[in-house]
Amino acid sequence: MLIMRHELLLVAITVILLIVEIFLPNTQKRKIILPAILLMAAVTIIGFLPGESGELFGGMYQSTQLSMLMKNILNIGVLIIFIQSVDWLKQDQNKEKVSEFFLLILSTLIGMNYMISAGDFLMFYLGLELATIPIAALAAYERYKEKSAEAGVKLIFISALSSGILLYGLSMIYGTTGTMYFSDIAPLMNGAPLQVLAFIFFFSGMAFKISLVPFHLWTADVYEGAPVNVTSYLSVISKGAAVFIFTIILYTVFAKIALLWSQVLYVIIILTITLGNLFAMRQQNLKRFLAFSSIAQAGFILLGIIGQSQTGMTTVIYFVLVYIFSNLGAFGVIGIISNRTGKEKISDYDGLYRTNPKLSLVMMLALFSLAGIPPLAGFFGKFFLFTAAAKQGYYILVLIAILNTIISLYYYLLVIKAMFLNTSDQPIGQFKSDGYSRLGLLLCVAGIVVVGFTSIIYEMIFNLSFGLF
Amino acid sequence: MSFLTLFIIVPFLTIIGILLCKNHMQVKWVSVVGMGIQLINAIILILMFLAERKGGNMEEVLFVQNNLWYETLNIHFYIGVDGVSVAMIALTSLVVFAGIFASWDIKDLPREFFTFLILLASGVFGFFISLDLFTMFLFYELAVIPMYLLIGIWGSGPRHYSAMKLTLMLMGGSALIMLGLIGIYLNSAPNGGPLTWDIIQISKETLPMDLQRFLFPFLFIGFGVLGALFPFHTWSPDGHASAPTAVSMLHAGVLMKLGGYGCYRVAVFLLPQAAHELGWIFLILATIGVIYGALGAIWQKDLKYINAYSSVSHCALVLFAILMFNQTAMNGAIMQMISHGIMTALFFALIGMIYGRTHTRYINEMGGLMKVMPFLAVAYVIAGLASLGLPGFSGFVAEMTIFVGSFQNADVFHRVATIIAASSIVVTAVYILRVVGILLLGKIRNDEYELITDAKWYDKISVVALIAGITIIGVAPLWISDMINQGLGPIMAKLLAAAPIVP
Repeated sequence: MLIMRHELLLVAITVILLIVEIFLPNTQKRKIILPAILLMAAVTIIGFLPGESGELFGGMYQSTQLSMLMKNILNIGVLIIFIQSVDWLKQDQNKEKVSEFFLLILSTLIGMNYMISAGDFLMFYLGLELATIPIAALAAYERYKEKSAEAGVKLIFISALSSGILLYGLSMIYGTTGTMYFSDIAPLMNGAPLQVLAFIFFFSGMAFKISLVPFHLWTADVYEGAPVNVTSYLSVISKGAAVFIFTIILYTVFAKIALLWSQVLYVIIILTITLGNLFAMRQQNLKRFLAFSSIAQAGFILLGIIGQSQTGMTTVIYFVLVYIFSNLGAFGVIGIISNRTGKEKISDYDGLYRTNPKLSLVMMLALFSLAGIPPLAGFFGKFFLFTAAAKQGYYILVLIAILNTIISLYYYLLVIKAMFLNTSDQPIGQFKSDGYSRLGLLLCVAGIVVVGFTSIIYEMIFNLSFGLF
Repeated sequence: MSFLTLFIIVPFLTIIGILLCKNHMQVKWVSVVGMGIQLINAIILILMFLAERKGGNMEEVLFVQNNLWYETLNIHFYIGVDGVSVAMIALTSLVVFAGIFASWDIKDLPREFFTFLILLASGVFGFFISLDLFTMFLFYELAVIPMYLLIGIWGSGPRHYSAMKLTLMLMGGSALIMLGLIGIYLNSAPNGGPLTWDIIQISKETLPMDLQRFLFPFLFIGFGVLGALFPFHTWSPDGHASAPTAVSMLHAGVLMKLGGYGCYRVAVFLLPQAAHELGWIFLILATIGVIYGALGAIWQKDLKYINAYSSVSHCALVLFAILMFNQTAMNGAIMQMISHGIMTALFFALIGMIYGRTHTRYINEMGGLMKVMPFLAVAYVIAGLASLGLPGFSGFVAEMTIFVGSFQNADVFHRVATIIAASSIVVTAVYILRVVGILLLGKIRNDEYELITDAKWYDKISVVALIAGITIIGVAPLWISDMINQGLGPIMAKLLAAAPIVP
């Protein structure tokens, strides 16, 4: 059963935390924080040990070196989020439900792991649902806040809707091929009208999860309403996992109709990047701002998928890794400031550098990395994505995407302008963040700086990836 | 490890040193020491380079270091220099060194200021020594982005607006460059074999004509934005006027040269056929830029705007000369880059110093400064004379070479363009002499100016270093022009092969 190592470990620590939780009195729930983080760190480290590939349940569950790598990437992200959320969980209002946060996140992570390892649409769907529903509970975590409750309800409705659409597509695939196994479906894909329709439904369902335009409408509201740490989880881990499995399915199951899906992607990419960017420019609330920026980033990720080659898949995974560090860095800063002052607007950040220089620098690095400025990791990620797409001949598409990076640079610079250039009568006061937050940010900064320079990470991903040809 | 690696390591160590400093004085001295070492390195590099060439080493690029970085994408950390890049490195180190002294007075956040300034410089150094398109582009963007904070935090006037405009326009240019570079990479092996980012290797291939036609405008405009190609120059006056002194110096003196150098090294060198075919469009734009910049400078009242427009004119002349596609003009283009780099840095340094004393940059509010600050005034006159091309200074050598070279093109189109561009010299004389007349000569118009003191020691170091640069090139141009000429060999051979009609 070592093949299922990642999932089993996560299940194990979930159970341990659950049992510990039962014996902790209501006032002592905070004591679960440290063990939870340590256990997660242990899982993350164990995940990197070499493991064997193989399949279980007659091929429904498949573990490959690639899927293990993806799970490790997600583990790192979740670990950082755990560390970052300590400051927030220690607040008085959360003292009775600290453990829920860890349990719900771990269960969604288990779901994502199963989803990534799926060899069959049933397993995929099972994982997807497990990965979605607990997040809705998390989004409504601060239930005394109206917006948080709204976010939870919106997320659960949207998830239900998108799952319904996705299932409809899957049922059509089953109808035309008579099987749910990826490996059996792939050769039977022939571009028949019903299959095309099935693909469109499947695509729409996934597009909701990755929040691509025009299926993005829930994103901003949910991101704004949910607590910062849940938002970061949603925008990074949840999205990353969906992108991973989306890439795998497109490259394996739908490989034969690549011409079709690349045309669909072509249009969706342009829409997603452009609209995401244009909306991001107008935002005042930082969480909404990052919501739209993450929509645009998702569009950039698709550029790697449309590359269709081994390079394409490599750049997708690589970019998600880079994106995890960059976005978590930005959300980490926003979280700290939101916890201490409750301020989440861009204009609240005026003059931040004069009072909190280190936080501003981290934020600047994170935003520059998101914007793709060298020598930060985001530059390498974006450059490679563009190369992968251009390699397939999509020069015009790449040009549109590259011009969009200028728009994105503009709005990232707006935040940097607020922090560094503007002055304010009531700046955010000077404060010292706690050790956990600093550790979390340190990990992000290390990732942002190191991932780009160390080509070995890219090469490792490349060796595990595969392309259509 | 190649000697050139020092040009990246030294700024890096300097930045670390600055971050460890305890007070303002230490920050400044660490910067001075770091950039002083860099200047010495540059001089050693020139000597070593000349010695190698004298010893008969005729390799295309010298002091090569080639480390594999990203194996699957064939990205290398590949550095090396030819005569042209050596000259550009010398220019950069001189201007940065002078720039540190010119910003001695920075009071607000000096640690951050010098960090960003040196970060910018390291980007420029890296750009000039790179022979790999990817690393070259990396350094290019690294040089552009600190500009936003430098202008935004320490600038004057509408600095937020100018900083944003400058950054977005330059990054827009670099977006075009990125596409161009990716396009070149993906077609870098038309005869099979692994794709490469290696400039030297790509230059030995002939890329498909369709591709060249498609990519050339992207690359030329992309680099041209930074080289102030008309009509993409509009960031320059605003940006330079708002920037703090050292940043204007570095930006007009060195960073704008990245544009010219990029057009020369990447656009024209790697896509010669398309350059021949499409060059005329950009030649028209460059000619307009030359004359437009000069005429624009006449109308300005703000000293920095005058100099910014004059930079537009002079940098357009660089592009103009590159597009003439012959060795003499090309040589003039490189000389012009160096000459203008030093000269404009001197101008901006002086303007900063004058502004620091009179608290205005409007020429009409000043007058008779010669009496109260003779040192700065004389330096200003020298810079002005160099700018309008007086023999004995670098400007004359450069412009003379350019026009002699461009007139060698026998057809009407090139001749007319040359005549129009050459007429800018007269216009230059008008605005330079007008400023000198109003600003320095005549009566002192404001009684407060009687109390003004002349240059401090750090001002003098900055000014003298730059004047020395101008004079050395002006008096003894041959050694530098020889060095450049050797560097031009490969590109000329490539251009001749592309279109044998050029004499």
